[in-house]
Amino acid sequence: MYNKGTIIPGLIIFVLFVTFPIWFNGLKAGTLPKPELPPGGEKKCVMPVEYMRANHMQLLNEWRDNVLRDDNRTVVTVEGKKYRKGLQMACMQCHSNKEKFCDNCHAYTAVKPYCWDCHLTPKEAASKEETH
Amino acid sequence: MKYAFSFLAVIALILIAGLGSQIPGMQYFFGVAIPYLAIMLFVGGFVYRVMQWAKSPVPFSIPTTCGQGASLDFIKQDKLDCPSKTSEVVARMFLEIFLFRSLFRNTKSEIHGGPKVTYESSKWLWLFALLFHYSFLLIVIRHMRLFIDPIPFWLSAIEGVDSMLQIGAPTLYLSSLALLGGLVLLFGRRLVNAHVRYISLNNDYFPLVLIFAIGLSGILMRYFLRTNIDIINIKNLAMGLVTFSPVINVKIGAIFYIHLFLVSTLLAYFPFSKLMHMGGVFMSPTRNMANDSRAKRHINPWNDPTIKPHSYAGYEDEFREFMVDAGIPVEKELSAVQDEA
Repeated sequence: MYNKGTIIPGLIIFVLFVTFPIWFNGLKAGTLPKPELPPGGEKKCVMPVEYMRANHMQLLNEWRDNVLRDDNRTVVTVEGKKYRKGLQMACMQCHSNKEKFCDNCHAYTAVKPYCWDCHLTPKEAASKEETH
Repeated sequence: MKYAFSFLAVIALILIAGLGSQIPGMQYFFGVAIPYLAIMLFVGGFVYRVMQWAKSPVPFSIPTTCGQGASLDFIKQDKLDCPSKTSEVVARMFLEIFLFRSLFRNTKSEIHGGPKVTYESSKWLWLFALLFHYSFLLIVIRHMRLFIDPIPFWLSAIEGVDSMLQIGAPTLYLSSLALLGGLVLLFGRRLVNAHVRYISLNNDYFPLVLIFAIGLSGILMRYFLRTNIDIINIKNLAMGLVTFSPVINVKIGAIFYIHLFLVSTLLAYFPFSKLMHMGGVFMSPTRNMANDSRAKRHINPWNDPTIKPHSYAGYEDEFREFMVDAGIPVEKELSAVQDEA
């Protein structure tokens, strides 16, 4: 073998790059996030849980477009219960704890939704009630 | 229609994974066994190929010289295009690897009436290649969010930049579009340019089609076919794979298995294909050697050490009498040699 001095370190660097997740995690898979269920004990949502787990961001995006861009504030009625379209007006009414419900999974998968650029969490909203 | 085979092969792979993963019990095969096998083939095959190259001797000093070589002091050397020192070679390699400098010199030859041959600069290949390679790199880095926990800030930062237009939810990644765009352009180049088309083979088309299918399946999974695509379950599986404790205890959509199977195919195919230029660019003697053959003697490793260099003086010493007999002029006359003796 020729040029051992450069090829062997090069190959070691390559293998280290490829196996990055193995040594970075140190074989610890971490804990799976468990979003907190509504503290009020509600069991029904606008959609089944499987759909919400996979598609909630698309539903929220659609509602955002409906309300802000198309001025369509039609109330969503699911099994007799009425929901106004909105993160604070619908979702956060039951899932009142953003930190324990939203952030749990978002932090796990490095998702940074920009909902909170405009919206207030229930906690923030409560503290700002007097100003508007 | 050389490229038709590539499309058929990729469609077959998609069908295998899409249908196969729906058979009960086969999720472990497609989600665990195949990815492990693929990554082992990738790393093992890559190291094997590089070792094979490392064992091949380089008989001659063959750097490509694309500029003025080191010469007399008053002649300006083109240090990047004709490096004579290791530092200059490193600079040349750096630009080659990160900016694809040799593709920048790509030319297009045409025959005009006359007949007259013209060579025109053709930088499209360079541009498309940059677009493709960098977006692919970005996508690979971005996927690390599924394989590591906790996620370091630099990874979130890359993610943020890539989705900075905040289009839709989940947010659109710019690198996804750039990757598909780059692939379409590289593929189109092979179809449109008659010269390149003539020399294109299945193993040129197949990786392009395969990577396109990988990108497309990823985009479909992220934005459109979201049924049973819960990123938490997917990250759970990915984390299991890299900590050697994989579990699949939930239903994951077929599009995920298709995406994973195509990636596994790419990894397994990689070391045995032209894609090895990833390692090969470091190993090519035309790039990694310094043009210093006049300053340093390049020893051919094939040389038999028992065969000593034979100078002209030595040659003449050996054959002087015969040369004189045959009337061939010699530097030292026969009489002069006899005087010395």
